[in-house]
Amino acid sequence: MLYTALLTLLSHWKRHPGQFVMLALGLALATALWSGVQAINAEARAAYDRAAATLGQDQLSRLERADGQPIDLADYIALRAAGYLVSPVILGDIRGPDGHLRILGVDPLTTPAEAQGPTLDGTFNLAAFFTHPGLLLVSQDTANGALPNDLPPLQITDNIPPATAITDISTAARLLGQENPSYLLVAANQPHNLPPITQATTLTLRAPQSTSDIARLTDSFHLNLSAFGFLSFGVGLFIVHAAIGLAFEQRRAMVRTLRALGTPLRTILMALSLELAVIALIAGTIGVALGYLIAAALMPGVAGTLRGLYGAEIEGILRFNPSWAISGLLITFLGTAAAAIQVMIRTARMPLLAPAMPRAWAQASGRMIRLQAYAALALFALAALLALVGQGLIAAFACLAALLIGAALGLPALMTGALSLIRPKGAFAEWVVADTRQQIPGLSLALMALLLALAANIGVSTMVGSFRHTFLGWLDQRLTSELYVTAPSSAEAAALMQILAPDVDAILPIVSAEMRLFDRPAEIFGVLDHPTYRQAWPLLSAAPNAWDQLATGDAVLVNEQLSRRENLRVGDIIDIADGLPIVGIYSDYGNPNGQAITSLSHFLETFPNILPHRFAIRITPEEAPALATRLRDEFGLPPNAVTNQAQVKAFSIAVFEQTFRVTGALNILTLGVAGIALLTSLLTLANLRLPQLAPIWAIGTSRATLAGLEMARSLALATLTFLLALPVGLALAWVLLTLVNVEAFGWRLPMRVFPTDWLSLFALALLAAGLAALGPTLRLARMPPARLTQVFAQER
Amino acid sequence: MIRTLLTLLLLTAPFHATSLYAQGFAGLGTQADGFATPTPNPTFTFPLDHGPHPDYRIEWWYLTATLTGPDGTSYGVQWTLFRGALTPETSDNWAAPQLFMGHAGLTTPDAHFSAERLGRGGIGQAGVTIHPFRAFIDDWQMVSTVSEGDALDALTITARGAEFAYDLALTATGPLVFHGENGYSVKSNEGQASYYYSQPFYQVTGQLDLPDGPVQVTGTAWLDREYSSQPLSDTQSGWDWFSLQFEDGARMMAFALHDGTGTPFTSGTWIAPDGTTQSYGDGAISLTPLSTTQVAGREVPTTWRLQVPDRAIDITTIPLNPQSWMATSFPYWEGPITFTGTHQGRGYLEMTGYN
Amino acid sequence: MSDPLLDLRDIRKTFPSDTGAVRVLDGVSLQLNAGETLALTGESGSGKSTLLHLSGGLDQPDSGQVVLEGQDIATLDDSARALVRRQRVGLIFQQFNLVPSLNVGANIALQARLAGRHDADFTATLAARLGLSDMLTRYPEQLSGGQQQRVAIARALAPRPALILADEPTGNLDEETGDSVLTLLLDLVSETGAGLLLVTHSPRLADRLSRRAHLSRGQLEV
Repeated sequence: MLYTALLTLLSHWKRHPGQFVMLALGLALATALWSGVQAINAEARAAYDRAAATLGQDQLSRLERADGQPIDLADYIALRAAGYLVSPVILGDIRGPDGHLRILGVDPLTTPAEAQGPTLDGTFNLAAFFTHPGLLLVSQDTANGALPNDLPPLQITDNIPPATAITDISTAARLLGQENPSYLLVAANQPHNLPPITQATTLTLRAPQSTSDIARLTDSFHLNLSAFGFLSFGVGLFIVHAAIGLAFEQRRAMVRTLRALGTPLRTILMALSLELAVIALIAGTIGVALGYLIAAALMPGVAGTLRGLYGAEIEGILRFNPSWAISGLLITFLGTAAAAIQVMIRTARMPLLAPAMPRAWAQASGRMIRLQAYAALALFALAALLALVGQGLIAAFACLAALLIGAALGLPALMTGALSLIRPKGAFAEWVVADTRQQIPGLSLALMALLLALAANIGVSTMVGSFRHTFLGWLDQRLTSELYVTAPSSAEAAALMQILAPDVDAILPIVSAEMRLFDRPAEIFGVLDHPTYRQAWPLLSAAPNAWDQLATGDAVLVNEQLSRRENLRVGDIIDIADGLPIVGIYSDYGNPNGQAITSLSHFLETFPNILPHRFAIRITPEEAPALATRLRDEFGLPPNAVTNQAQVKAFSIAVFEQTFRVTGALNILTLGVAGIALLTSLLTLANLRLPQLAPIWAIGTSRATLAGLEMARSLALATLTFLLALPVGLALAWVLLTLVNVEAFGWRLPMRVFPTDWLSLFALALLAAGLAALGPTLRLARMPPARLTQVFAQER
Repeated sequence: MIRTLLTLLLLTAPFHATSLYAQGFAGLGTQADGFATPTPNPTFTFPLDHGPHPDYRIEWWYLTATLTGPDGTSYGVQWTLFRGALTPETSDNWAAPQLFMGHAGLTTPDAHFSAERLGRGGIGQAGVTIHPFRAFIDDWQMVSTVSEGDALDALTITARGAEFAYDLALTATGPLVFHGENGYSVKSNEGQASYYYSQPFYQVTGQLDLPDGPVQVTGTAWLDREYSSQPLSDTQSGWDWFSLQFEDGARMMAFALHDGTGTPFTSGTWIAPDGTTQSYGDGAISLTPLSTTQVAGREVPTTWRLQVPDRAIDITTIPLNPQSWMATSFPYWEGPITFTGTHQGRGYLEMTGYN
Repeated sequence: MSDPLLDLRDIRKTFPSDTGAVRVLDGVSLQLNAGETLALTGESGSGKSTLLHLSGGLDQPDSGQVVLEGQDIATLDDSARALVRRQRVGLIFQQFNLVPSLNVGANIALQARLAGRHDADFTATLAARLGLSDMLTRYPEQLSGGQQQRVAIARALAPRPALILADEPTGNLDEETGDSVLTLLLDLVSETGAGLLLVTHSPRLADRLSRRAHLSRGQLEV
């Protein structure tokens, strides 16, 4: 019986394959966007975990110097001589013209058992690993990629993070020119009767890192992706909801007949559920496959973003992971269930003897529209409240969600209101407006989807545009020096600086050290007192004579990110050297890390081991090319060691563009999904509207006129939706810029609007609405009169 | 994992040449590739030769002590520093190809503890210095406490494992003794040999830190110094080594190098109470296992019959603890023994190659 | 004499309406034997269709018993009444109520399949008797009204029900077509030995059945 009932229900799709395709497509697209984003996130997280688990760093405590500088070898030896089981690691990057490589030098003789090294096979040459020139263990991908020149032999090994080489500490020491360990791994079990290690050293003990710095840094990026995935999924569900609703309305009579012929309600509900499960399984599988393709296509962009913005190394390759495939399918089922709940309830409540009259599904009553409007007002209030007093990224996203859902819920009321403002002249025009207003409830879900997609598009493009505008202006200010030079060593840098000094306006050494501030990675720079900085570095807030105070060496500047994250203000003391007052805060877009600037002399005093080997040259722009050539030819610097301003700028912009490429792609996809939602709804309505159109046709309106009217109506509704989406999108952009960005990245950007972008988006919205309306319109225009007269025959 | 392979590399050099070569590690062929090889009739220069010989592939400072607690309980202690060279060079940085491995053992009648440390020379984590004499790895060390005379005449040794520690003071009551021909000790019929001398006359006092608390101990100890580049022949897979202290004050060292088949290669040195020696070449000493014990999943001969017809010695050795298993990267049996028969006394037994 | 096929005993039914409860059936008792055909006539709103629905277990009376083959189905729950309906009752509607997405063959077999009583030979015979053999693969929208009603009759008869309930089966058909459809229905009912309760407002049609009952103001006038 169940089988027969199920076959009968399914026969509907066989007769209406278009509807089935729409339902499956909506579901597949929703699943695809969601699971694609999840796949990207899962891949990135797995990469962070792999990196964090390298050498068991996720399980082992570490000893570090509080300032992040390398540990004196003598301090290491002293700890060993006191009996403590600690193991040195020398970590650093080597950079070449084409690529860079992170060198992780370990001492296999002392690494604790928890520090699982790479898996090695029997052909591994241990003597070669320990002795000159050493071996670099790298993954196949790293070996295939661009690498610095003159590396020791590579050995391909599994389970090594990308762009990283594990090698013996002696090889690392030689390649990096650093004998002192960067940090020490501490074995979990220490020998008999030793006092706690913290009593034996002044070094700082850091607990095992369950999440790496990179994972923390990139959290906000992944949250952004997730939010996009969720938005797309929500928009996709509109389609599913519309398609399921349409199918329900069309099968209302069938269900009634089945029940009259003796099929229990329970059997019908079960058959409906089974049918939806089958569809969800098919569409979900397609969606997961599509999601994989989307993710694989976006992955190189994501990898590029993560590398450019955060220095996080992940491979641009997507691995298939059954867990997200399964979770993708699961979310398809949940989404289908959510979209179908209304239909199931209606089916259950449908009286057996009610006339099988098709009604416009989801025909929200005036009361429903009012309720939605109240809910919208409440959500706007919530959004405003969150914007004013909310704290943290979650609150910022909650504010976004409240704003968007509120706008969607308020849409029908606003549309109805807008239409009631129109005072049409003539009976026909009156009918058109009235008919349009009547259509709003049926179209509202699709229009909501369109509104969300448009608002998201406006919001995100405003944010990206504002960012780009500010960032480019900031780069212009910041990149003032004509040439940037990297010498092979600090000694050669010093010699070069001396030789060049008479021929150029100024030489500004660039020296920086990595350190930890507030238990997060940070950088500190030492700068010379020079007008270049005084004039070009925009300070967001500053003490009087900030640059003078900095020059005396007893003050620091910190970047906006650090000041916002740690709530630092001008005048606060920061834990650098013996504690220095902050005299200024500067903007530092694109940098996820905290940063501080101190005077060059103070820097060299604090970090005697770090000598500048990079410097910037101020020279008249006309002389710059000649000097660059001279540096290369006369001093034999490799071509990439001398870069001009334009190159640095180009590189920075490339990183920036990369960052937002993925966002842009997701944006377009979401808009596409909204277009399909609109199409589905229009198709749904097209059939249901025949009884309303037939009398108008009968009293003397041509089919062509009716069809043209339908098209015009779609475009008009899309226009209205766009007009409403505009303020919502701008509000969204404001939230993104003032709340999300500050929370996620640590900088605040001035908002700029780009009306020309709106025009193109408006055109796109009209195109989507036009395309969606095209099919139903053409069908109406070509509809045989018999089909229209049938309406009267079927009326009772 | 690097660590395991590395330990294999270091350890297979002295003990397990065959399997090492079978694995075909490059740079460690049967030939001693640039390493020095021992030659007959050596002349030792002290204290220089107490120190490391980086041009030889393998070397050790190997101390075993038979000890007694205040209640008459017997204990055994082992302290060893191995040196293995990847190339016959050295330097003062991470690149030094001189690798060190420390083993510490402590045996009681019902427990056996072992610990291991690895480290490289060149940076100060492990090594051996001559002035003053100090062999060390991490906090484990063997330090000379003499102001005049041979540097090895008085020593302190310390070591610490996860469950135990010890701190012993040693004073020699006799001279250094040289095995084989003046310290040139032949290991096979094909001529493999090492430089080998000992200080077998230590009196010991000190303290053992056991899980149950500290124990004051006294007793005797024996220090072996040996270095070579290729001590075993291709076919030899392990050895059984005895150090014996007779009740009359005499000492004896005996070993058998065994391979899979055939008769073991035996050798030994009789040491009179005054330190005069007599060397015995292959065949003069016979070593016969009497019974075996299941240790760490393998059968190990733990009671032995040792016969030296030339000296009318026919004794049976019994271990203090048959489970004296050194659970180190390269495991072996090492523990104190007592013997009865024509003679009586205490000693130490080491057995390798029982896989 | 054996028990009647259908025994309606003192049925009462009211429907709520905007102007208060409307008493549609007010103590109706009626019996129908196997092989009998009974025409139920009455004015619009006289409760004919309600009585038919109650007889088929599509609805429940406020009081009284609906005894079908000795079983009171008025007190059964929804799924038990559904079981009775699909196995023992054949329904024929004025609107035909065919499933538009199933072809004629599948529509004819639908109830028999739901009831687990599908007999391909019998169904084929029915289709042949009703002149549908040529159109089994067509869809309902491609058929005329008379053809659709013949499909509905075949569907109702295919599970070999004991009771056929027909609600204005010719109401949507022209007179000539209606007559021929009714002739087929009566022939088949007599061949299968089922009982037929047919609601009509046409005295002319009612005369063709073996008995006739007239409903007026909720009560039966025999």
